[in-house]
Amino acid sequence: MRNAIDRRTFLKQAGALTAAASLPFGLVNVAWGKKPTEKFTFAYISDAHITQIRGTEFVANFDKGLQRAALELNFLDPKPDFVVFGGDLAQLGKREEFEHGRELMKDVTIPIKWVIGEHDYYLDLGAYWQEHMAPLHYSFDHKGVHFVALNSILTHDEWTFRRWPTAQERMHQMARLDNPDGSPFMVKAEQREWLKKDLAKVPKDTPIVILSHSPLYKIFRPWNFWTDDADEVQAILKPYQNVMVFHGHVHQVLYNQIGTITFNAFMATAWPWPYPVTYSQLPNKVPEITVFMNRADPFKERDGTGWGNITMDGGEIHHYELWENTPRTVEKMPGMKYPADTKFQDPKSRIPAQTQY
Amino acid sequence: MIRKACAVALLAVAIAATGVRADEFTKEDLKKWDDAFRTVVKEGERLFHSSDLGKNSVSCDMCHPNAANTHPETYPKFQKQIGKMSGLRDMINWCIQNPQQGVPLAADDPRMVALEAYITWERRGVKLAPGKH
Ligand SMILES: [Fe+2]
Ligand SMILES: [Fe+2]
Repeated sequence: MRNAIDRRTFLKQAGALTAAASLPFGLVNVAWGKKPTEKFTFAYISDAHITQIRGTEFVANFDKGLQRAALELNFLDPKPDFVVFGGDLAQLGKREEFEHGRELMKDVTIPIKWVIGEHDYYLDLGAYWQEHMAPLHYSFDHKGVHFVALNSILTHDEWTFRRWPTAQERMHQMARLDNPDGSPFMVKAEQREWLKKDLAKVPKDTPIVILSHSPLYKIFRPWNFWTDDADEVQAILKPYQNVMVFHGHVHQVLYNQIGTITFNAFMATAWPWPYPVTYSQLPNKVPEITVFMNRADPFKERDGTGWGNITMDGGEIHHYELWENTPRTVEKMPGMKYPADTKFQDPKSRIPAQTQY
Repeated sequence: MIRKACAVALLAVAIAATGVRADEFTKEDLKKWDDAFRTVVKEGERLFHSSDLGKNSVSCDMCHPNAANTHPETYPKFQKQIGKMSGLRDMINWCIQNPQQGVPLAADDPRMVALEAYITWERRGVKLAPGKH
């Protein structure tokens, strides 16, 4: 296993040469209760926020992020079985943005499992998404693991259907993260019923992975780092022994454990969000166990952005490929009560850039 | 005695000429000044959430919701990327020129004052820490 710096150097060279090479990720074998029938990996890309300026002009910075992640996928060894896109492909839900985003990902050779984000939804309420990409919620089985993709960014009917004069205005309102006129995310009763039925046929010791855009727990309501009916969703998942939730939306490294449910969030390819603790005016419930990703140099275009790679072998190991910051590995090994960073979990092992800004 | 009386009289004339004493502002004045402040903060909030400052539709709040992670209390400080002591307004202009691909604002541009007002208002109460990294 190479060390992190070697891997990053290698990645850069591989990217520059577009050589048909593979990344020597160190994959650790773990066991956890009932294992998947076969060890496998999948990749995670999220929050590309492809932004149309006018006509065929798009924000180059965000294009570059998605393009880079899509390219790097091809260098992974072992090759991931599929890639999850965690939502917010578009910035304002426009057809042009979806089409441009899909064009930037056209060289991805593995299947893409799409999860819808609020930026993809609130212009046409999922019409383009369902026609060209994926259903808004669905499930599938893969090598002994049951996967469920949810649409977790629904909200009150009054807000969605009656509050705003136009669909464009509704999209603009939802696109502002710190909007006092925004509305909290929800899975809602109908989808929760579907989830219950979907899980009814799954044995309690089967590993379950839930894919959602928003965290299925409550961190910070003003920025929708939050799902309003998270408690109800967690109650549905509670009987299962090993549940992992992977989500986007927060544009940052974030992990937590609530009962038997492990939560993990990934960076955006577009830009990083601050942790809610950096907003001094309101309280937050940012998980104590998360070691924050550092923001060593915001002058670098790809600072605080990247993508992820997950190894499933009963337990779970997430590799966070941060482009401009030290890469991170968080794992939940058998017997561990909560996920932990393999290198930086102990405060004494942290580097100055993780506490300074 | 006469000279003293004269001085008092002169002082009275001086006060009459300039209006009121310095400590004679009223609750209405306070309200007026607070309203002026809030109006500018509001304008700063609008600019911060608009694409008016740049040329590529990117707005400040996209990276800094509620102006978080701008840490105005640490300025001025040595900004390693610029290589010299920098003020908050230098960083505002950096963001306008780079992620937003726009034209920097003059230091006395009312829009700059408005942005500073909004950013510091969102950080009110935090201890000053000039130079902090
Ligand atoms: Fe996002
Ligand atoms: Fe989002």
